[in-house]
Amino acid sequence: MAEEKVGRSPPDPARDALFKRELVTLIPHLRAFARTLTGDPTAADDLAQDAMMKAWDARASFQLGTNMKAWTFMILRNQFYSEKRRSWRQSQLDQEAAERTLVAVDDPEAPVALDELRLGLAMLPAEQREALILVGAGGFAYEEAAEICGCAVGTVKSRVSRARRALQAILEAGAYDRDGAAAGDAMHAILADAERLSSLR
Amino acid sequence: MHFGVEDMIEHVPMEDKRKSAAALDEARLRQQAIGVKLRQMFDEVVNEPVPDEFLDILRKAEPPTGGQ
Repeated sequence: MAEEKVGRSPPDPARDALFKRELVTLIPHLRAFARTLTGDPTAADDLAQDAMMKAWDARASFQLGTNMKAWTFMILRNQFYSEKRRSWRQSQLDQEAAERTLVAVDDPEAPVALDELRLGLAMLPAEQREALILVGAGGFAYEEAAEICGCAVGTVKSRVSRARRALQAILEAGAYDRDGAAAGDAMHAILADAERLSSLR
Repeated sequence: MHFGVEDMIEHVPMEDKRKSAAALDEARLRQQAIGVKLRQMFDEVVNEPVPDEFLDILRKAEPPTGGQ
């Protein structure tokens, strides 16, 4: 709130319009990132909306022409963790999010490989999961991911590499242990699916 | 006899190298596959239509235009 006052400049409708146009294009990405953090579509959209409005309110402090995607992701992430801190059931929330993810993927239409990947992701420590998502799916450079997460570049690198190894091990071991799913099936499904996808390109 | 021994000395590490290179390729392939799926999972949400709510609240937040 104090920062807003500092950053406040005279109203500039043209700049606001420009800012807004760019913000709107980022909404789908904010929704996707929020979904990976919360594991729940409804909570994710609430989070993405909050982040969008926070970005809008802070628009005067944003330097046009710099990386707005990274900036809004940082706002969203901060919002997520400050909400989590406020409710002091943090570990319980993690558990709940993981369980919701389990439920959310119980869609019979969803491709098997994606289900298993989501389950595997839910088993990773939160900081490894977000690093892997930002770099591996969100298209951010290590440097940008480090800025978003407020940590050193080296930390992001090691989190991503640990996440990759852990995820592969989980998928190969079938450690998520879903009823009846044979161990190793997940990795096979993912390999087959990825092959199919790349052959389509 | 002499050649046989040398062959074996040469042969074993070569075999090992080939094996570990194959294992490395396999691991790389698996990581690539996971990467493809990760992006697919993320893009699935990115490609969803944005709920109207988002644009509605952004519209409402807009300061009144003109001399108000």
